[in-house]
Amino acid sequence: MDLNQRFEDYIAADQKIEAKDWMPDDYRKTLIRQISQHAHSEIIGMLPEGNWITRAPSLQRKAILLAKVQDEAGHGLYLYSAAETLGAQRDDLMDALIEGRAKYSSIFNYPTLTWADMGAIGWLVDGAAIMNQVPLCKCSYGPYARAMVRVCKEESFHQRQGFQIMLNLCEGTDEQREMAQDSLNRWWWPSLMMFGPNDESSTHNEQSMRWKIKRFSNDELRQRFVDMTIPQVELLGLTVPDKDLKWNQSTGHYEMGAIDWQEFFNVIAGNGPCNKERIAARKKAHRDGQWVRQAASAYAEKMRTKVTPNQTNAA
Amino acid sequence: MTKAQHFEWLLSLADDALILGQRLSEWCGHAPALEEDIALSNVALDLIGQSRAILTHAGLLEGEGRDEDRLAFFRSDREYRNLLLVELPNGHFGDTIARQFFFDQFAMIRYGHLAQQTFDLEIAAIATKALKEVRYHAAHSAEWMIRLGDGTDLSKTRIQESVDRLWPYIGECFEAHPILDAAITSGAMPDCKSIELTWKERVSAVLAEATLILPTDDWKQVGGRNGLHTEHLSYLLAEMQAVPRLHPDAKW
Repeated sequence: MDLNQRFEDYIAADQKIEAKDWMPDDYRKTLIRQISQHAHSEIIGMLPEGNWITRAPSLQRKAILLAKVQDEAGHGLYLYSAAETLGAQRDDLMDALIEGRAKYSSIFNYPTLTWADMGAIGWLVDGAAIMNQVPLCKCSYGPYARAMVRVCKEESFHQRQGFQIMLNLCEGTDEQREMAQDSLNRWWWPSLMMFGPNDESSTHNEQSMRWKIKRFSNDELRQRFVDMTIPQVELLGLTVPDKDLKWNQSTGHYEMGAIDWQEFFNVIAGNGPCNKERIAARKKAHRDGQWVRQAASAYAEKMRTKVTPNQTNAA
Repeated sequence: MTKAQHFEWLLSLADDALILGQRLSEWCGHAPALEEDIALSNVALDLIGQSRAILTHAGLLEGEGRDEDRLAFFRSDREYRNLLLVELPNGHFGDTIARQFFFDQFAMIRYGHLAQQTFDLEIAAIATKALKEVRYHAAHSAEWMIRLGDGTDLSKTRIQESVDRLWPYIGECFEAHPILDAAITSGAMPDCKSIELTWKERVSAVLAEATLILPTDDWKQVGGRNGLHTEHLSYLLAEMQAVPRLHPDAKW
């Protein structure tokens, strides 16, 4: 039996592929692309929320937000590590990001304008991310699947804290409720876009489904998200900015209005409100930090050359 | 120590931690490597946690219904009691590390004493927990002092400049002050000279390993304990306090 057939059979039997197993080049490339995009999304995602750490309205909220954004750095770190098990290098992936060659979740190209956005992002954006990510805990590539188990646990914590922020705002003063509604108005459609284009126009679907890198289609996940979220919107006493949204008794699902895909493709093409600022911030951090990383490497090298003769003696 | 002095003394402890935590949190998302985004956020989280515990304790002692948030968000810069050192802008990574290193060594000695004293048992409990955290902070900042000092020529020049720039703000850590004198008389704190000696000994050892020079200039920039700060603090507070001050009746 050829290697490729054995690989396909192995996946069909729901077995995990590990770092040292044989795999087709396209499988490796697809995974590196997907995992690194995910890692980039985590670290770019630190920026819009990081924007409010210094202005969180209570010390408890400050601590929670800081811990949340720190978790995202941690997710980025284990995802880059998962990509490294496939032969990629973190430095190369980072270069691709700051040179604009790599993609990341386009939602982070929207600005965070009020404190309520910390609620909406946790609740909607992390909520949508969980919908996308829970199936990845069962994806065929072992290191990615295991990283995602931990990521998803933390994300569900993030989602709850986001909802809690919204709930506090909605139970608060008139201005706080307005802030919450305004934030929902701005984040609702971009959150639905996070699931990607409609199934008929999504490019990577079929192959990824067969390889069990992807397990549900974009539209299935989007529907699941809307069905889960609308009762929460009602509980908060808010309304989604979709006049066509309605409950369909016969299907048992909500029907949603048309998504403005032109906006989605504009943002992906680099023309969202904050694309340039996000990349510029990453670039600045990377360049400003270069002398620090060089110093750390130089020092590690000095220590290594110091230690070697002793180790030789001991041996 | 009178109750008012006790309260002021607690504010000085809390404000050191809060202002430095606020400064460090500015790094989140902008550090030289992901590992440092995580590490600096962790230190910031610990410091903010320490300040919350101390502010809560101070508010209860004062007995006027001010909780941690009231004390953090509704005091002006003239009512803040922190060291000038901790409010200085982050600068580059070396400036942040040098500031952190100097402060961590000071905080470790101070919390060490606070954990042992019996004048204020609540502070002893807070200090016991904080001491465990600050030991990690001190290890992190000292390791970076050594890496940067003994790394490349560029890093050595930069970190030495950071040390020299921050040096005038170190004296305030050991400066006598009426509130501090009251704490010393009550047995809550050891005298400043003994803290300074231990600090100098530890700092000198790390700087020697980092191949850096300990400045000898003894000019002291002081004022923070009296509410006379640098120009930087009011900007920091304006940013930190903006949302609660815009919505003074809101709960978050």
